[in-house]
Amino acid sequence: MKLSRKWLEAFLRRPLEARDVAARLAMLGAPADSIEPLHRGLEAVVVGLVEAVRPHPNADRLRIATVEDGSGTTKQVVCGAPNVTAGVKYPFARVGVTLPGGLTLEERTIRGELSQGMLCSARELGLGQDGDGILALDIGAAPGTALTSALSVTDDQIIIDVTPNRPDLLGHKGVARELAASYGVPFRLPDISGAERIDVPPARRHDFGPTTVGGVRVAVDDRLGCPRLHVAVIRGVTVGPSPAWLIDRLTAAGMRSINNVVDATNYVMLELNQPMHAYDLATLKGPFLWVRRGKADERLVTLDGQVRALDGEMMVIADETTAVGIAGVMGAEHTEVKATTTDLVLECACFETRSVRRTRSRLGISTEASYRFERGVDLQGQGDAMRRCIEIILAVAGGALSEVPVDIWPQPGNAPRIFLRLARVAQVLGLELPVARVEQCLTAIGCTVLSKPEDGRLAVDVPGWRPDIVGEIDLIEEVARIHGYDAVPTELRPFRVGTLRDADIEVVADRVRYGLAAVGLVEAQTLPFGEREDQWSVELNNPLSSEGAYLRRRLLTGLVHQVEANWAVQTGAVRLFEIGTVFTVAGPGQLPHEEKHVAAVVTGARIPPHWSDGANAPQWDRWDLRALFEAAIALAHPDASVQVEGTTWTAVTPDGQVVGRARQLEADAPPWAAPVWGFELTLDPAPRFPVRYRPLPTTPAVARDLSLAVPDGVTAEVLIRAAARAAGSFLEVLDLVDEYRGPKLGAGVRGLTIRLVFRAPDRTLRDAEVDASVAAVVQAVQQELGVQLRAS
Amino acid sequence: MTDHPALAALTPRLARIPTLDAVSLEAEEIAVLGRKAGALTNLLKELPALDPDARRRVGAAANELKARFEAAIAGRRVALAHAAKAKADAVVDLTMPGRIRHTGAIHPVSQVVDEILGIFRELGFVRAVGPEAETEWHNFRALNFPADHPAMDQHDTIYLDTGDRRSVEMDRRRGRTSGLFPTNERRQSESDRRRPHYGRMLLRTHTSPVQVRLMQDTAPPIRAVMPGMVYRKDPFDASHAPAFLQIEGLAIDEGITFVDLKGTLQHFARRFFSPRTQVRFRPSYFPFTEPSAEMDVQCQLCGGAGCPACKGTGWMEIMGCGMVHEEVLKNVGIDHEKYTGFAFGMGPQRIALQRYGVNDIRQFYSGDMRFLTQFSL
Repeated sequence: MKLSRKWLEAFLRRPLEARDVAARLAMLGAPADSIEPLHRGLEAVVVGLVEAVRPHPNADRLRIATVEDGSGTTKQVVCGAPNVTAGVKYPFARVGVTLPGGLTLEERTIRGELSQGMLCSARELGLGQDGDGILALDIGAAPGTALTSALSVTDDQIIIDVTPNRPDLLGHKGVARELAASYGVPFRLPDISGAERIDVPPARRHDFGPTTVGGVRVAVDDRLGCPRLHVAVIRGVTVGPSPAWLIDRLTAAGMRSINNVVDATNYVMLELNQPMHAYDLATLKGPFLWVRRGKADERLVTLDGQVRALDGEMMVIADETTAVGIAGVMGAEHTEVKATTTDLVLECACFETRSVRRTRSRLGISTEASYRFERGVDLQGQGDAMRRCIEIILAVAGGALSEVPVDIWPQPGNAPRIFLRLARVAQVLGLELPVARVEQCLTAIGCTVLSKPEDGRLAVDVPGWRPDIVGEIDLIEEVARIHGYDAVPTELRPFRVGTLRDADIEVVADRVRYGLAAVGLVEAQTLPFGEREDQWSVELNNPLSSEGAYLRRRLLTGLVHQVEANWAVQTGAVRLFEIGTVFTVAGPGQLPHEEKHVAAVVTGARIPPHWSDGANAPQWDRWDLRALFEAAIALAHPDASVQVEGTTWTAVTPDGQVVGRARQLEADAPPWAAPVWGFELTLDPAPRFPVRYRPLPTTPAVARDLSLAVPDGVTAEVLIRAAARAAGSFLEVLDLVDEYRGPKLGAGVRGLTIRLVFRAPDRTLRDAEVDASVAAVVQAVQQELGVQLRAS
Repeated sequence: MTDHPALAALTPRLARIPTLDAVSLEAEEIAVLGRKAGALTNLLKELPALDPDARRRVGAAANELKARFEAAIAGRRVALAHAAKAKADAVVDLTMPGRIRHTGAIHPVSQVVDEILGIFRELGFVRAVGPEAETEWHNFRALNFPADHPAMDQHDTIYLDTGDRRSVEMDRRRGRTSGLFPTNERRQSESDRRRPHYGRMLLRTHTSPVQVRLMQDTAPPIRAVMPGMVYRKDPFDASHAPAFLQIEGLAIDEGITFVDLKGTLQHFARRFFSPRTQVRFRPSYFPFTEPSAEMDVQCQLCGGAGCPACKGTGWMEIMGCGMVHEEVLKNVGIDHEKYTGFAFGMGPQRIALQRYGVNDIRQFYSGDMRFLTQFSL
């Protein structure tokens, strides 16, 4: 909402400081987005006193003024304005000053006479439309005084953020009410010059069904969609430019001036938050003003020149033959008030909030009117708004009411009454407030408070401009707001202990996050959208883009994109991991299945290059991947174990479920890029059991290495399993320590060295016992797998 | 000592050992103690030929001499090694770079989240989570959002395809694994089974539906912080992301008031920013809290003097908060006359932007190693 500081001043009848207004409104719930000083560029314009005027010797229509500008020397100014008069003060721009329009004044000679500056009109200063003569200043300020300090000509536009529950703040009156409460001063509507003697009679109330006002038939089909409607007919107006005060207020509030009638309707909207509409009576067929549903094939050209297709759910204003406006949104082009208009039909309506919202969103537009209607206008205040609008039109455009306006209000209602318990105020706010203070706060926002002290409750009647107040808790918020959130104590007090505990999945996620960072990986985050992977991908109804039309089914896709992005900036060494949610279709009409995953990608240098290695850092390879995968499994899913499936490692739980995979990944790689390795794994939220301590051995261990010639087809896993089985009960550790392929062994055979560590828990093993175990291993692998002991 | 001529000849050589260089020392060791032709070795080999008395005398003397040789050679070797190392050290360029190891890094936003959660955990708030795909009821209606109301304008929602089109195929393939992982049967809560009146399915626009689920499942006292991803149909630009993190907080019990809300959140701000940080609470509007507030903290850049970052106000908006709306308590079946509480929500990414001086939220999703490794452990 764009506010004019001067307009607010007119309500409060006191000068205001824009920053202070913004600060107060912020603490009342409507923070300022910006404060724009209007009429900038006037700082250098001063008050100038014309001491003498004489004719220009070489031009009939020019005159020469001698101007006292407070600088000590008088200036000679060639002036074309008809109204320049000796002894009168005018705004004076010295040589060198740049006016709001961009003109920089220079010393020039006009028809042989020196001109050292300019006496300015209101238009030249951006202060109004009057450009016919220079602006005479009837003020006491001495020549040379800055114009902006001599005259409160400048305004500020304060743009505030209005929350959707506060339609009243979409009018200057509502904001003025808040400020009046804040400053502790009264406020009332600004006076309209020229309207002092205009007396608009109260409207004639009509229940329902067609009626006539000023020769125009009026009917409302839908009493729920349009609960109240005022119509007035004004004849004999003169449509033309608005007076300066009206243009100034509209402009300062961010609205363009159109003509005096339209400006009057807009003025009422910006002042009272009641959108109004004026029709050219001559264009209404019938003449008839009819609030009805749209028709399926109906078309309407709105004020903005767009053709709008209507439908049966939209509410329209129509004449006898066609729609002349979309209710609460925008009027039709062909019925707008123009220079030739003499007779008006003035509409002041309340349209149901949701209906307007649906209509305007279906049409894909939002207007000043629809914005207000969908937040709620003051049903009770409609008569006042109509009266105000008629007054202004009569004052600025002339004409006369042809008849008392009609007020179609099928179900008149009073303001809702809400009961407020003082004990509840204290229970919510933690603050005991005296009844008087509570009453004061509620009265300040326009409530009527009827005290009922016998049962500790206040009966509160809520004004029509606060449709958001529907319950006791709304009143409590108002009390807190007006009393001041600052006035509520700030205290850290003890809470009662609870028995809730941390969500298991969060505990696991933390363990995995810090565990993977500890092995040197770097945490990344990706957007959880992607392309369709298979029929289990969850599709979005209204995605942002076609590349993000599905929810991700795995994290690796996003991480591979990040690897590619790193390559694009010549980063070849990448080691990222992510913990995030993935989504899978769970079934028709069911929420998707969600799972927390961890994934990692590594590529390029495994350690930073060092000069001692000749700057050739080793690269991540599949054995690093396997170790990272196992480390992640230990953190994220400790009951799973690694299995081989083709060229992939899988993490498999004891019940056979695959919960993770690790492998080399495809990527859109530049020629210099190293292979990309990655894994992905689900997080298991099951609680972890503490490890059991194994007593430290007290006896020495014996280690033996066996170099074996292993035919291809025998895997390390099979070999190790066979060896371990044969080694007997003293075997403590069996490690694979070397692999050799080469000419010594020939094709089809590789050398594997295993290290066996033996230990008896209670005594020192004898060499003979160890020798026997080793011999058993050699024999077993030979017989079972055809593995030979290599000659050392 | 003995008068054996060989021994007498060897004794002066013993005295010379501390003067030998490495090569000569090696040669001398072989010459004297060498296994095949060392002088002392030869002498000891000849012992059996001597008469018993001489054998004992010469043998004892030879062995003693052997031990002294061994000690002297070992000593000299150590001395030479020390000297060699000292000499080598003298030419090492200690300005050469050391051997760096990779260190891991926690994402800057995770760091901020952890820190925020940590502060609330000190006050007995536990961590809770809920689904990111939600129903309209949990995301909006239970939270007192009026239908077709402008309050929805700030929640530009991404809806899910309910999959009716695919449902036939899916029923047929139910239970079969596909893709990376098998689909597990989701454990459904009672509320999910009664889904029909829960409305359309969507991606949650805030973490507040976690409050709803928590309050449905738990009796007060409740104190929880709920971190998680939320979704809005916002363009991906310097200050918006269509998916971003939020941290929700909730405290419900008898006797909790606006005083506790202010006290708790001010404590948080002072723990997170600095002990003297000023905070203020401004009225605001959220459908699920009343009274509602925004908490501002003194601008961390200008200290409250006013700067472009705080639009000259000296304050920065940190979180929305308020007393839990009684309609919300009614919707989750908590006695709103007995229990009261407060809730709050904040965006750790915005806080991280400000804390680290990052000016584009997209950096957080870039995976750029040059960016992320600046936040190492």
